[in-house]
Amino acid sequence: MGELALIFIGSVLVNNFVLVRFLGICPFLGVSKELDTALGMGMATTFVLVLSAAATWLVQTFILVPFGMPFLQNVAFILIIASLVQLVEMFLQKASPGLYRALGIFLPLITTNCAVLGLAILVSQKDYTLIQAIVFALGTGAGFTLALAMMAGIREQLQFADIPKALQGAGIALITAGLMSMAFMGFSGLIAM
Amino acid sequence: MKSLRKEFLKGLWDEHPTFRLLIGMCPTLAVTTAASNGLAMGLATTFVLVCSSVIISLMKDLIPKKVRIPCYIIIVATFVTIADMVLAAYFPDLHKVLGLFIPLIVVNCIILGRAEAYASKMPVFHSFIDALGMGVGIIWGLTFLGIVREFLGMGSVFGMQILPETATSWVIFILPPGAFFTLGIVVGLMNQINYVLERRKRERTTGSVTAGQAVQG
Repeated sequence: MGELALIFIGSVLVNNFVLVRFLGICPFLGVSKELDTALGMGMATTFVLVLSAAATWLVQTFILVPFGMPFLQNVAFILIIASLVQLVEMFLQKASPGLYRALGIFLPLITTNCAVLGLAILVSQKDYTLIQAIVFALGTGAGFTLALAMMAGIREQLQFADIPKALQGAGIALITAGLMSMAFMGFSGLIAM
Repeated sequence: MKSLRKEFLKGLWDEHPTFRLLIGMCPTLAVTTAASNGLAMGLATTFVLVCSSVIISLMKDLIPKKVRIPCYIIIVATFVTIADMVLAAYFPDLHKVLGLFIPLIVVNCIILGRAEAYASKMPVFHSFIDALGMGVGIIWGLTFLGIVREFLGMGSVFGMQILPETATSWVIFILPPGAFFTLGIVVGLMNQINYVLERRKRERTTGSVTAGQAVQG
């Protein structure tokens, strides 16, 4: 239990995927203009992260390794993720139209979110068990949502700031992210990973 | 011929993938801690980009429209696996440093973006030139960021010590926050340069118009 808690806290704060590991920067910069959409994107990504971590773990353990094909990892994982995202989209559309409307526009974007593939590869590198992999995915999703929501909150305020013309948009967003990343470095002593 | 040159050059500045379009950010930020890492990542990405653009352009009539994205991803993933294995076999040190970010070339939006926007519509040679231009853009972008960060963070460039050992180096620049700062400032500088260039161009054209009117008058 303690180990699982460490994995969770470690992936939310110490090794935050966005601010420390640089995974999932595209949605972090692209969908962080409003708090509501940022939260929606965070939730959708967490959902896919957990599902794909479980699915890729099963495929890695029961298909790729026993048949001696770990070199097919990249191709297999990206296929699983792409089809999983499609499946989730179709399932939500039928089963829960409300949730589909809320998450709908973000789902296709998640296929090319490197956090999802990155997590799957990291799990296989670290030799996690299925439970550990799912907790790691949950923590990663929570960390991603946290970073996205904080960024959106800051950017909503930045709209009223007087920013030099050349830095407007991406420039100031990147510098803000740098300051946030510096703040997150304060957590690095929290757990010895 | 002229249009081909334009296709090549647009990736170097006007549509520079990382500094202007802001796509493919993850490797840009993560591996540019040193100039040589940036260069290696740029070369690996360019290899995958050029090869997959050519293959996608060749196969564009065979791939059904509805399942094109999974098809593109498989083609890209195949070349990424090749790059991954070649690097692991011949440059194991580099492979260790770039680590996770080599397999992640698969989800680099630059590659899928060029496939969708260009290679799936244009003839093979045009796609090749387009991919090459974008690739050279990525290479100079990543190497430039790597040089700046390595110089500020460790006082060296490509592993050669330039500043004396006694000079204080700003370690923050090779840590994650430094990546965001450097890229943010470079993007800002590029915008500023473009504003100045545009203003000069406008002044020159308006200047010549008034001169022409004066002659007519």
